[in-house]
Amino acid sequence: MSKWIEIAPLSDIPVLGSRVVKTDSFSIAVFRGTDDSVFAIKDACPHKDGPLSQGIMHGTTVTCPLHNWKINLANGEALGADEGCTNVFETKVENAIVYLKNPQ
Amino acid sequence: MKANLVLIGNGMAGVRALEELLKLEPEKYNITVFGEEPYGNYNRIMLSPVLANEKTIEQIMLNDEQWYIDNGITLHKGKKVTEINRIKREVVADDGTTEPYDKLLVATGSTSFMLPLPGADKEGVIGFRDIADVDTMIDIASKHKKAVVIGGGLLGLEAANGLMKQGMDVTVVHLLDRLMERQLDGPAAAMLKTSLEASGMKFLMSHATDEINGDDRVTGLTFKNGDYIATDLVVMAVGIKPNFNLAQESGLHCERGIVVSDTMQTFDPNIYSVGECVQHRGTTYGLVAPLFEQAKVAANHLAEFGIARYEGTVTSTMLKVTGIDLFSAGDFIGDDTTEELVFQDVASGSYKKIVLKDNILIGAVLYGDTIDGTWYFQMMKDGTNVADFRSTLLFGQAHLGDSGHGEETRIANMPLTAEICGCNGICKGDILDAINDKKLFTLDDVRAHTKASASCGSCTGLVESILAHTVGGDYSEAPSKKPLCGCTEHSHDEIRAGIDANALKTMQAVRDQFNWKTPDGCPACRTSLNYYLLCSWPGEYKDDAQSRFINERAHANIQKDGSFSVIPRMFGGICTADELRAIADAADKYDVRQITLTGGQRIALFGLDKAQLPEIWEDLNTAGMVSGHAYGKALRTVKTCVGSDWCRFGTQDSTGLGIKLEELTWGSWMPHKYKIAASGCPRNCAEATIKDFGVVCVDSGYELHVGGNGGIKVRVTDFLAKVKTEEEVLEYCGAFSQMYREDAHYLERTAPWVERVGLSSIKAAIVEDEANRKVLHERFLHGQSFSQDDPWKQHADGKDANEFKSIKITTA
Ligand code: SRM
Ligand SMILES: Cc1cc2nc3c(=O)[nH]c(=O)nc-3n(C[C@H](O)[C@H](O)[C@H](O)COP(=O)(O)OP(=O)(O)OC[C@H]3O[C@@H](n4cnc5c(N)ncnc54)[C@H](O)[C@@H]3O)c2cc1C
Ligand code: SF4
Ligand code: FES
Repeated sequence: MSKWIEIAPLSDIPVLGSRVVKTDSFSIAVFRGTDDSVFAIKDACPHKDGPLSQGIMHGTTVTCPLHNWKINLANGEALGADEGCTNVFETKVENAIVYLKNPQ
Repeated sequence: MKANLVLIGNGMAGVRALEELLKLEPEKYNITVFGEEPYGNYNRIMLSPVLANEKTIEQIMLNDEQWYIDNGITLHKGKKVTEINRIKREVVADDGTTEPYDKLLVATGSTSFMLPLPGADKEGVIGFRDIADVDTMIDIASKHKKAVVIGGGLLGLEAANGLMKQGMDVTVVHLLDRLMERQLDGPAAAMLKTSLEASGMKFLMSHATDEINGDDRVTGLTFKNGDYIATDLVVMAVGIKPNFNLAQESGLHCERGIVVSDTMQTFDPNIYSVGECVQHRGTTYGLVAPLFEQAKVAANHLAEFGIARYEGTVTSTMLKVTGIDLFSAGDFIGDDTTEELVFQDVASGSYKKIVLKDNILIGAVLYGDTIDGTWYFQMMKDGTNVADFRSTLLFGQAHLGDSGHGEETRIANMPLTAEICGCNGICKGDILDAINDKKLFTLDDVRAHTKASASCGSCTGLVESILAHTVGGDYSEAPSKKPLCGCTEHSHDEIRAGIDANALKTMQAVRDQFNWKTPDGCPACRTSLNYYLLCSWPGEYKDDAQSRFINERAHANIQKDGSFSVIPRMFGGICTADELRAIADAADKYDVRQITLTGGQRIALFGLDKAQLPEIWEDLNTAGMVSGHAYGKALRTVKTCVGSDWCRFGTQDSTGLGIKLEELTWGSWMPHKYKIAASGCPRNCAEATIKDFGVVCVDSGYELHVGGNGGIKVRVTDFLAKVKTEEEVLEYCGAFSQMYREDAHYLERTAPWVERVGLSSIKAAIVEDEANRKVLHERFLHGQSFSQDDPWKQHADGKDANEFKSIKITTA
């Protein structure tokens, strides 16, 4: 069953920045683009588990802070010559509140 | 409806232009390609290794036919275009195929120049240009024994080497008494000839061919001096002829090639041209690097971006004969107005010659040890003034230190298992495999695919040499003007000048002014622009946290497990018992996992959770400590020794001076990390001569040193000036720091900056021009008035609190 979970007001996430959402077992990075689109991705880089939430976002990509892999926020896949993929989660914004689809 | 783009010539330059175009505007055109040769697109350069049995044809294919299908390109292979009808805007091929175009790209390359000798049309007389020529050579080698190559240039020697590997008895005939006269000077040519002879190659120097003998097939050659040599094969490698007949017949303006402008446009605005068939600013090219630059420019205009210009290329060459290391670039002969630096060691088989004009490198020849080729070449392109390090120039970059791979220099003889990249554990063999399997051409490609040289960068020279050795020529995509990043065509310098000249005060304004290709930039340009704007508009520009690397955004260093380290500032390395107690208390309170004494003379606390940072900072602030900026492109530490207060040799109060220097400079953002030290006497216990700014106290005053660092390439400082008072030290320090802040490229540390702009220009601005020094120092102080606001305190007081707080949810 799918369930939307309220995360935070959109304005709590900096433009081209992220917030970390902690679940019981793992963390999710929630990013906000220049057009207020919101992406949620598992906060673990496919390379060596780097915290993607701490990377620099540009376009719909985040550059991992540890060794600069570039990860596509929309599908979790590494870009360029690197190979790897991490989980992404569905998000929506309603009345300026960000929701995350039950990540289970 | 999409416009039609037709490419004539399915070779290296033309297809490269299509690749660049597809990157920019994949949907803009219906693309059709005509290629006279019956294959996809292959790497012509690699024909030499194919002939030498080191590679197969399959290995040198760059784009197979599937690539054309995948990209929706129609390929007419094996069809030669015989007419360009500019009125009807269509091209016609020899089999009658006709294609209309809106834009046409002519990339017909060149053909082997065949000497017009009697008998040159006999069977067994060929050039060395395409797969068909290689097939012919291999076929003849399987049936016959003797071969002659006419021409002792790059191509001729590679052909001769390959034919030897095919088992033939090969003689190279050369008109002059020196091999490769366009690339080598006398001594290097002689060394080359000796080693080729040792491998079995024979030479007839100063021989002019008179006639090719034989009935249908070639049987021998007669020379003008009456000599004769029997042979079963003649390969003419005396030069190339730009292939522009087709263009000329259609009325395009041609001289020695198809004449193009800086936008690669011919005299017909709908027709562009790139490659060896082109004449640009009076020059034709025969190497790939310039053609790839041309391709990029043509693609930019075909995509109607309209901003790129081709301004010519300085080229360099490598001979692709396995076991021979040879590099040459620019004007290596020189004249009355130039000077030469020469090093020759016959025993070890190495030779270096550098040609300087007014202390600028204009040419270089290296034989045997070529590792510094890329370094010299870069300085040639940058026009670096080498006056200040002329005396050590010939020893190469390695004398500056090269951590991680000691003395390893000769690429050709390195075993495949030699570790090239110490950071990522990449060996020579891994790099070669990647270059071959993935068809890589540029340093960036190699970095992306192997990670070699992608971390600390100290092995860049080695990787470039391997690349050059494997693919020949210079592939580091280092156009004369290096763009800041992939988002723009403009260089660091142009952008900085633009920020000041047009009073651009936001990142968006810069991106608009300079036609950025991406809406919000990339990590490289965002971090650079944020710094440039901060430096140009102190107090006005609002720092953009999202354009800073995490360490600077969180004011702490991120660790491999995502935790952070905290390093408080210790001015001049001095601390009190109270401060130590406060650090110890904090370590206990926050369960710090490790306490370290850093290489920078202070204490680091490791293993903190991000959420704890504002809290521990508050505690440290309360004890009077501020951020040490150990994480920043900023002033890091000021190291000191105990100096005259305690030391029996101390000449001045180096500790007190260090504290004043740190009080002056802390908090200041820099293009790269910036370290200072002050030593009390020339024993130099604070290691001031490997710092960005170093002070060595002497009895009569203070020696000031600049541009040093430990780290990847150890560089000892240059002596800037000697001054008498502490006030002067502080003024010089402020002025030098400000000049560096305003002039260096982002991520260029003082050492490479000083080498790029030359110490003389820094002396002129700071030592010799007192008024300018004072102005620079004033500007430094003005900037500092906004930046000496402890970032830890700001965050402890609640700034950007969300940055440090995570959101908890339960998913049950
Ligand atoms: C902590 C420390 C090692 C230690 O345990 O002692 C250290 C740790 C790091 N150094 Fe260092 N360096 C430390 C002193 C040095 C020194 C010694 C010195 O300052 O006298 C050097 C050589 C001197 C020099 O810089 O000229 C040094 C040369 C480097 C370099 C190479 C710089 C270069 O120009 O070649 C890098 C890489 C870079 O900056 O790109 C680097 C980078 C790093 C980074 C930031 C690597 C990274 O990007 O994560 C490490 C951060 C660890 C952390 O989380 O704090 N570190 N690093 C030292 C902190 C000193 C301080 O109090 O601030
Ligand atoms: C053996 C060898 C070794 C080399 N080594 C090096 C090296 O180490 N480093 C280096 O930088 N360079 C090297 N070069 C040079 C390099 O290969 C050329 O500079 C490069 O290939 C030129 O590219 P281009 O696209 O201009 O021409 P080409 O690659 O020759 O492509 C032109 C294509 O157009 C086709 N064509 C011509 N006319 C027509 C027509 N009317 N209709 C249809 N098709 C047509 C031709 O058949 C050809 O396929 C070497 C060249 C050779 C032959
Ligand atoms: S602290 Fe410095 S030398 Fe040590 S591993 Fe990290 S970057 Fe390398
Ligand atoms: S962990 Fe992300 S790039 Fe290495």
